[in-house]
Parts: sequence; structure tokens; C-alpha cells
Amino acid sequence: MNNIMTARDLCLWYGQAQALKNINMDIAENSITALIGPSGCGKSTFLKTLNRMNDLVPGVKITGQVCYREEDIYDKNVDVNQLRREVGMVFQKPNPFPMSIYDNIAYGPRTHGIRKRGELDEIVEQALRDAAIWDEVKDRLKKNALGLSGGQQQRLCIARALAVKPSVLLMDEPTSALDPISTSRIEELAMGLKDRYTIVIVTHNMQQALRISDNTAFFLLGELVEYGDTQTMFDQPADKRTEAYITGRFG
Amino acid sequence: MERAGIAPRPFRKGDNMAKKKQLVENLVHGLFLLLGLITVGCVLLITLYLVVSGIPAIREIGLADFLFGRRWASTAAEPAYGILPFILTSIYGTAGAILIGVPLGFLCAVYLAKMAQPGIRNIMESAVSLLAGIPSVVYGLVGMLVLVPGIRRLFHVPDGASLLAAILVLAVMILPSIIKVSITALEAVPREYEEASLALGATPVETWFRVSVPAAKSGIAAAVVLGVGRAIGETMAVMMVSGNAPNMPDLFQSVRFLTTAVASEMAYSAGLQQQALFSIALVLFLFIMLINAALKAFLKGSKEG
Ligand SMILES: Nc1ncnc2c1ncn2[C@@H]1O[C@H](COP(=O)(O)OP(=O)(O)OP(=O)(O)O)[C@@H](O)[C@H]1O
Ligand SMILES: [Mg+2]
Repeated sequence: MNNIMTARDLCLWYGQAQALKNINMDIAENSITALIGPSGCGKSTFLKTLNRMNDLVPGVKITGQVCYREEDIYDKNVDVNQLRREVGMVFQKPNPFPMSIYDNIAYGPRTHGIRKRGELDEIVEQALRDAAIWDEVKDRLKKNALGLSGGQQQRLCIARALAVKPSVLLMDEPTSALDPISTSRIEELAMGLKDRYTIVIVTHNMQQALRISDNTAFFLLGELVEYGDTQTMFDQPADKRTEAYITGRFG
Repeated sequence: MERAGIAPRPFRKGDNMAKKKQLVENLVHGLFLLLGLITVGCVLLITLYLVVSGIPAIREIGLADFLFGRRWASTAAEPAYGILPFILTSIYGTAGAILIGVPLGFLCAVYLAKMAQPGIRNIMESAVSLLAGIPSVVYGLVGMLVLVPGIRRLFHVPDGASLLAAILVLAVMILPSIIKVSITALEAVPREYEEASLALGATPVETWFRVSVPAAKSGIAAAVVLGVGRAIGETMAVMMVSGNAPNMPDLFQSVRFLTTAVASEMAYSAGLQQQALFSIALVLFLFIMLINAALKAFLKGSKEG
């Protein structure tokens, strides 16, 4: 399988504090990669280096390399907006825009220059279907998205991210604010999407990582301790610290 | 459960200590209520006074002749009391000030809230606060000395004291409140909206104008209404730059506003003329009430999202 994204000797500092230490990681195309580890270990930070959302934090310093399809995304000639179109993101807290469901989904495509009504209609429907929420909202596309339930809002956000047709979808604890039923819907959704998208997901839920991911990366204090096939890692962790974490002895 | 070591304390209202405290509570409560009532009383008194003293002249002149009469000649041998010129001047003047001041103030707010470096922002915000604190007579003075001659020269009109001068002065005067309220509204937009937009590949500028601004729109609408209120009630500054002649409004003509109509004749008026001035004040008051109601509606809208 191809590696769609790779990190080489990636270090990141927030001011003086180093949050990522020499991360080397290959992310396989059309797979689900789970990032696990205790709170504050740098999962979100690593995730955000993949679409340069860290650029928004003042005082961030990054060394090393992150490549998307063999291209260094921190190169100064890279168009960040174009990159974020390729590498989309879903946040921990559902954050639909305070506008209609339709306009939420159409926001990305419109930003990228699609104006024709028919074309937009098609994209919106396809994105909502892909995010498994079409049937619930097809009769209320003009209604405000803030009127949806938390779980629906999160699927809407996934649909919104899909509507710009990214290749990679980053998800930062997308189910931590949701009830078990919504959670399992999103897990199914992620598994259904992986033949067309590459998914990187941060989770605190070991079971979730085990259920849905192909590969798992275990972070601790800014270091990538162990990375490999999920099943293997959960059956026979190579590192003591990984074993301690996944068996729930710390974290 | 046992509460070890804690002696039971009485909590009935009977004992002395509690009675005293209750008394103080009641006194304070009463005092504050009184202070509140004084405010309400003032408003009621003013309203009542305006209505009572404003109605006789309208009765005598006739509502239609008063509101829609095009000629105001209160001291002529055959006096005419039509205030349409004043009403229209006030409306045009306010609209003009809003047309100039709102885009200016609003874009300035977007710059300050979203783009400006902290240092620049600090300096600019202090300047805006200072602008808000300048007394209106000073605006009038500067307008008289700079703006009025400037307009005369630039547009080759006989006199620069005109509706245009008043509009420009008002536009500057409403800037601070528009900027401040807009900044507050823009800053109240949750950071998550902007992050979501950026993560979709939108540029920062696209994000501000397509996400932040729409999300702040009711606050910005409130800013506009506030500006309208300020502009329509302004007296001193516009009196000094508008020439104060009761003409029908024209950009380069000397004009008189509702406010200045009252202020300029009150000192020497008597009889029906004076009563008519009260009626003008009543009309102005109704305008302001309308604006307040609009502001309330907007604020309510913004709270409900
Ligand atoms: N904007 C920031 N400024 C400064 N330090 C930050 C910032 N964001 C994160 N950090 C620090 O970087 C480290 C890694 O944080 P990060 O958010 O990546 O952890 P995480 O693994 O996602 O944790 P959690 O599971 O709680 O979400 C932490 O020590 C955190 O305090
Ligand atoms: Mg995190």
C-alpha cells in the first residue's frame, strides 16, 4: 500500500515547550490510523501538523518534514488553503456554522469556486449521503444546522469536510462528546469511508481504536512510542509502556 | 448521618440577630427600589410633559399641516408651522451619516478585531475611545473651521454650511459606537467557526467575511441602530455646520434638523411658536422611541442566536 503522508524527524515547540519529539510515521493510503495516548501527549498537536492548523497558534516552531504525496507541506511554496482542501479536518466538538444545513455543506465547494446551483445540489446530497445523515435531514436542508442533535451535528461536520473532496480526513476525538449510538454510527461511517479516504483519528477509547483502525500509533510525552498494525499492537505490544497503557494501568 | 462536633444552630427568624439583619435587608431593598423608581419617574415625567405640552400646537395647526407642511416661518407676519423640512433633514442626515459611518466603522472593526497586531490595535482602540469622548461642540467647531470652508471651495458653492457638512460630522461622531459594538460582536463569534472554515481551505479573509461577519450580524445591526440614535439626537455639532435655515433638504443647502429647530428658537419663542417647538420635541421623542424598540428587537434576536 502507498503511504499518503509521512512525517520525518518531526519536532514541534510551543514557545519553549517541546510537544513533539522526532516523530517518524508513515500513514498508509485508504486506511484508518488511530492515534492513542494519555492526555497531553501530543496527539492533537501531531494531527494538526498534518494540515498545518498549528500555523494558527502563535509561537509555534516546527522542524523536520511532513510530506503529502511526497511533497513537503511545510515548504514555503505550499498553498496552505489548497493543502487543507486535500487534508480535511473534523473537530472534537461539533462546530457547524450558524447557517442552514445546505449552506454548511456548500460552504467549502463555494469557497473553491463552485457556484452552479445544480452542481452544488449534487455535491451536498452526495456528501450528506456519504456521512450517513441524508435521510435525517433531506426534508430540512434550509433549516439552521444548530437545531440538529450533537451526533447529527458531528455527522454534518463530517459531510461538510467531505464536500470539498479531500483525500485525507483528520478526526480529533470525533465521538468524545457523543452518546454510544451516535458513536457507533460514526465508527461505521469511518469504516465505510476508508476505501475512498484515508482517515487519521485521535481517540481515548481503546475499544474504538481496536474496532475501526488498521494501524495504531501510541504517543507518550511527545514521543511516538510504538506504531504498527492495530491487532498486533493490542495482542502483543512491543513496548512495556504501550502494554501498560492499553491494559489501562496508566493514562 | 452524625454531624460530629457541630452544635445545632437555630435558624428560625425569632432571635434578635436575625431580626436586625432582616431589617437592614429590607431597608437596603427599599432604598434601591426607590432609586430605580426615580429613573422610571424621570422618564414618565418627561414623556407626560412632552405629550401634554406638544399636543396643543398640533391641535391648533392641524396634524397634517404640521407634519407635512413644507414651510416653517414662525416669526413671519403670517406664520407657518410646517416641519416637513426638519423631519426630512433629520432622516436624510441620519441616513447619510449611517451610509458613510457604518461601512467605515464596520470595516475598521473587522480590521481591529481580526487583522491588527496587538500593538497597533491598542493604539487605534485608544484613539477610538478618545473620539467618543470629544464633546460635540468641538466637533462642531472643527467642522465649522475646516469642513465648511473645505466644502465651499471643493464644490464651488456659495456657502459650505450645508446638509453635506452635517452628514460628514455625524458620520465621524457615530464611528466610535459602531466600531466598539461591532468589535464586541465580532469577538463573540466562537473561534470554532473560524477554525472550521480555515480547515476547509478558506483563506482568512474569506473566513472573516463569510463566517465571522454573518455570525456577528445581529450585534452589528445593533451597532447601526445605536448609530442612528446618536445621529438623530445630535444637536450642537450639526447646528454649527448646517447653516440652520429651514429649507427643504438638499446636500449643498443650509438646513435645519428637528433637534436644532427646537434649540435655535426656544430662547426667544412665545405663544403658539413655543408650543410648536414642544410639538417638534414630541416628534423627535417618538423617533427615538422607535429606534429604541428596534434596538431591543435586534438585541433579543442576537441572544436567541
Ligand atoms: N496552543 C498551545 N499552546 C501551548 N501549548 C500547547 C498548545 N496546545 C497544546 N499545548 C501543549 O502541548 C502538549 C500536547 O498537547 P495536545 O493537545 O497535542 O495533547 P493531546 O494528546 O491531544 O491531549 P488530549 O488527549 O487531552 O486532547 C500539552 O502539554 C499541551 O499543554
Ligand atoms: Mg487533543
